[in-house]
Amino acid sequence: MTPERKFGDVILSVEHITLTFGGVLALEDVSFDIRESEIRAIIGPNGAGKSSMLNVINGFYHPQEGQIMYRGATRSKMKPHYAASHGIARTFQNIALFKGMSTLDNIMTGRNTKMKRGLFWQAIRIGPAMTEEIKHRDYVEHIIDFLEIQAIRKTPVGRLPYGMQKRVELGRALAAEPDLLLLDEPMAGMNVEEKEDMCRFILDVNEQFGTTIALIEHDMGVVMDISDRVVVLDYGKKIADGTPDEVRANQDVIDAYLGISQEEVGAVN
Amino acid sequence: MGSELLFFSETVISGLMAGVMYSLVALGFVLIFKASGIFNFAQGVMCLFAALALYDFLSADGWASQLLGFTIPLWLAIVLTIAVMIVLAWLIERLVLQYLVKQDPIILFMATIGLAYVLEGVGDILFGSDVKPLDIGIPQGASDWALDTMGLYVEKLEVVAAVTAALLVAVLAVFFQRTRIGRALRAVADDHQAALSVGISLRAIWVIVWSVAGIVALVAGIMWGTKSGVQFSLSLIALKALPVLILGGFTSVPGAIVGGLIIGVGEKVAEVYAGPLVGGAIENWFAYMLALAFLLFRPQGLFGERIIERV
Repeated sequence: MTPERKFGDVILSVEHITLTFGGVLALEDVSFDIRESEIRAIIGPNGAGKSSMLNVINGFYHPQEGQIMYRGATRSKMKPHYAASHGIARTFQNIALFKGMSTLDNIMTGRNTKMKRGLFWQAIRIGPAMTEEIKHRDYVEHIIDFLEIQAIRKTPVGRLPYGMQKRVELGRALAAEPDLLLLDEPMAGMNVEEKEDMCRFILDVNEQFGTTIALIEHDMGVVMDISDRVVVLDYGKKIADGTPDEVRANQDVIDAYLGISQEEVGAVN
Repeated sequence: MGSELLFFSETVISGLMAGVMYSLVALGFVLIFKASGIFNFAQGVMCLFAALALYDFLSADGWASQLLGFTIPLWLAIVLTIAVMIVLAWLIERLVLQYLVKQDPIILFMATIGLAYVLEGVGDILFGSDVKPLDIGIPQGASDWALDTMGLYVEKLEVVAAVTAALLVAVLAVFFQRTRIGRALRAVADDHQAALSVGISLRAIWVIVWSVAGIVALVAGIMWGTKSGVQFSLSLIALKALPVLILGGFTSVPGAIVGGLIIGVGEKVAEVYAGPLVGGAIENWFAYMLALAFLLFRPQGLFGERIIERV
């Protein structure tokens, strides 16, 4: 279905990651890589360790074993601050926006790592700080246009409907001009129309900005349609890795994931 | 001007000026609350501490002067006091806050109560507990101009305080609303994890905000110290700042000012006109009653961010 696409080098790879919480094994010896400009999906049943994997990549969790190679540098753990300032942006499963702030301000925080002027200029907000503010505001307006949220730019995000909040959160992540965009269940809890919109935005981001995207998703149909390669996790272990077609045909995946409901098997086939 | 009206004007003006003094303290609370969601019980003590440090730097037998062998000039003393407040902010982050990152607000609040007592003790040990007259050359007494032209009694110190407060608010409001660091401060207050994900360093933000609150505390400490001497009861003005915050909204810088003014004027007018009816002393409880009324009808205050809960 998807036309033949060309991908660049490996931008990030996780190698033999093991993560435990107390005695609970969240991830066990998981390895995979993400190539430049691809849409990479991480799927799996509930509790398979998908979100944990994302949190490891973005530095919220530090794995007990294994390492992460990002842009040539290998390390055993990331720091959130380092990840953000080196081009990894993310969204959250349960939207984590700054609720009291307007859409515009929320997206402006995404520019945080791009803005350099020091405390002194900031405090008086004249000269360089002012020019800088205007320049970044420009970029943010561009993102607002892209996501078609002009109408809500001044609204406090706490008042927006769920689907819109998800979109603003995507905007904030995009504002950082990320090289790697991590999306934690971008379509969870959305209706069909909102899902279609979100799919379109994800594909557009990938196409227009060339952003590499790693996404976690429950909705099998959506994942198969938009991703280039899929990793399947189950009980913290990797059970399959490949193109959507390969994954779909994998017996382990059918057993672990699709096997739960006959209906879903039908839908996918 | 009729003497009735004149008297009323004087009451209102002295109320406004007293209100500004409350506002200065309340500002420090708002800053820290905005940026970390912590109600900083130690803010009053920070005012005291800053004033004590400044007094010590200025006085001839203070340890700084003895160490250097000469009395340090005012500007240097102020710079040094600001440095002390920044170091204090850094220490607070290092020794207290960094261990409490994902805790409930109530736990952070309890920590600031502890902090208040530690600071008070340290201040006592370092500087002694006697009342110290702080004089840094702010004019005091009645303004001749107002007295001559309108026959009004206006206290010069309070005018200076009002102008200073106005400047502070203007700078802080712009800083919070329209700059990267301001947005980062608000972002941290809203959601720690999301703030981390956009590359905001929690630790840097906390040091910045406690430093700014420390500097605001210094300004408040100077004004109160000049007015009534640097004394340990200064830490209790924190209690008067509480109703100011409830009125203005915990998250609003302009709200702290307006809240302070309303309470200042309200309690003076109530004292003068309604006081005799109930035997006086309304000034002591008026602010709290007003705060209670606000809690019932407008819990977010006049300017606070709307409390929005989605279910």
